[in-house]
Amino acid sequence: MNAPLVWDTQRRSRAARLERARACSSGKQVDAAAIGALLRAVIEPGDRVCLEGNNQKQADFLARALTALDPTAVNGLHMVQSVLALPEHLDVFENGMASKLDFSFSGPQGARLARLVSTGRIDIGAIHTYLELFARYFVDLTPNVALICAQAADREGNLYTGANTEDTPAIVEATAFKSGIVVAQVNEVLDRLPRVDVPASWVDFVVQSPRPHFIEPLFTRDPAQISEIQVLMAMMAIKGIYAEYGVQRLNHGIGFDTAAIELLLPTYAESLGLKGRICSHWALNPHPALIPAIEAGWVKSVHSFGSEMGMEDYIRARPDVFFTGPDGSMRSNRAFCQAAGHYACDLFIGSTLQIDLAANSSTATLGRIAGFGGAPNMGADARGRRHASETWLKAGRQAREGLAGARGTPRGQKLVVQMVETFREHMEPAFVETLDAWQLAEQAKMPLPPIMIYGDDVTHILTEEGIANLLLCRSDDEREQAVRGVAGYTAVGLARDRRAVENLRDRGVIQRAEDLGVDPRLATRNLLAARSMRDLVDASGGLYAPPGRFRNW
Amino acid sequence: MSMAAGLETLQYSFTGSQAAGMFAPVLVGVVGSGNLEVLLEPSPGTACRFEVQTSARGFGSIWEAVLRDFHSRHPLAGVAVAIHDMGATPAVVSLRLAQAAAALP
Repeated sequence: MNAPLVWDTQRRSRAARLERARACSSGKQVDAAAIGALLRAVIEPGDRVCLEGNNQKQADFLARALTALDPTAVNGLHMVQSVLALPEHLDVFENGMASKLDFSFSGPQGARLARLVSTGRIDIGAIHTYLELFARYFVDLTPNVALICAQAADREGNLYTGANTEDTPAIVEATAFKSGIVVAQVNEVLDRLPRVDVPASWVDFVVQSPRPHFIEPLFTRDPAQISEIQVLMAMMAIKGIYAEYGVQRLNHGIGFDTAAIELLLPTYAESLGLKGRICSHWALNPHPALIPAIEAGWVKSVHSFGSEMGMEDYIRARPDVFFTGPDGSMRSNRAFCQAAGHYACDLFIGSTLQIDLAANSSTATLGRIAGFGGAPNMGADARGRRHASETWLKAGRQAREGLAGARGTPRGQKLVVQMVETFREHMEPAFVETLDAWQLAEQAKMPLPPIMIYGDDVTHILTEEGIANLLLCRSDDEREQAVRGVAGYTAVGLARDRRAVENLRDRGVIQRAEDLGVDPRLATRNLLAARSMRDLVDASGGLYAPPGRFRNW
Repeated sequence: MSMAAGLETLQYSFTGSQAAGMFAPVLVGVVGSGNLEVLLEPSPGTACRFEVQTSARGFGSIWEAVLRDFHSRHPLAGVAVAIHDMGATPAVVSLRLAQAAAALP
């Protein structure tokens, strides 16, 4: 006789956990002092736990409470979270409570993560993109327990996540609908929320943290630090790529190079008559550097992965541009914005640390395991895309001209632009024969080198030396010479075949500033629509309120 | 004549085909960290002569490549180019040279 099948083990486990938690909660409300007992009641050894580590906001109170538990009672945890930002995110491995990790990005903790992996304290399942990890939450990495972060809760347990909603909806949906337990830390408990971002029936416990959650402004770039070379490169981007392809829907990286482009829209791009023809729809965090372009009427809409500290009042006053709730405050959503950047944008432009001869690029450096967050989804052709735009079709035509069969079948292609100066600080070359990623893969026993953007997705490389259009290259040799041809005076650039590069230039594969009609005399900081933080505040009519560290006037 | 400690002086000369003739000296850039000053002045003969004083020693071959490329784009003749550099990247050097050449009559 077969034993009768049981179909509700997860629900029974959930009921047992909730029963154990009754002693340390009052309904859904948990006292901060009782948080350790609550976590002890709802977490079981071997659980998959999502400790909400976002790009920006952090469930820091719950992180500290988790690390304070007794590892002899709570262990074998499998942590699934998009970002490792806080020391606690690795403390749970060092103290023996957790053993396995699936994640996306570990920027500030990358060096420590590499050490813990090399000593066998952490078994990394995989390093994902954000969207990829969220996808696995709904397939084979569903959390048993999610420890999340919200701005406010009401008495019933409804949550207001506000401007920095970020990852929360994806985490909660996966956990709550698979019999998991959702515990939220909130900054305040209100009688009436501005709006409900997560309904109470998806939330099991709410604890008011003694201090507001940790959050960082990650996307604020002081225009005072933008160099003339960045202005020159931004001019080439606007004239040689944005105008050339009529790019209307786009995503920018977060560096100074792309901030320079944002600040040249109301000046240089306006002088070229491009207003209304480029840069109207964005998948972008609310970059303060975009304020002058918004104020000059360039921007029709911006959907965001997260928010940015200091931008709240400005966003509230520009609801035609940003996604805001009936209460007036912004709602971000990393999963949706990643999907938007991947499928609905015609161009991604960002920077990197190293580019090789095949145009593969990576920010991975030796001794650090950092991951790439969302960049690989932004910087990849969306193979599933089916809707057309002139920009997408033009890139697709260039890539397929003269090809037959499957490779020649008409389709569009996303523009993926890598924008780098040939030398970084301390004369470190951005162009290399071999990416550090290969050595890192060997060190950390990764199945593949950690490449951020694959060369076959990169359509253009832009340096101070000009633009290499890789869509027009027809062989690996041509591609290599196109890369070398914009690599300047790095060893990679000096080793170019001069005749081949001149031939590529004749064909328009390589375009120098003079070929584009970009006047080097205009490449000064005077061309920036804002040259300081103060200028950004003024451009916003006083609505933008930068955090203290950026108030340098 | 004594030089400031650590400065390196480099000299290059290329024969050009575009006679610059007489012109008022052209000065672009400033001597500051990561930056440089470029001064163009008329000079007798058909050469374009470069004299570089730089605080970053040991980059002679890159200077030669940058200046040679500049001169192949702008084959100036009868010009003396004086450069005072404080560790500018090749990108900044090329931009300053292009700005100086664009300012010639």
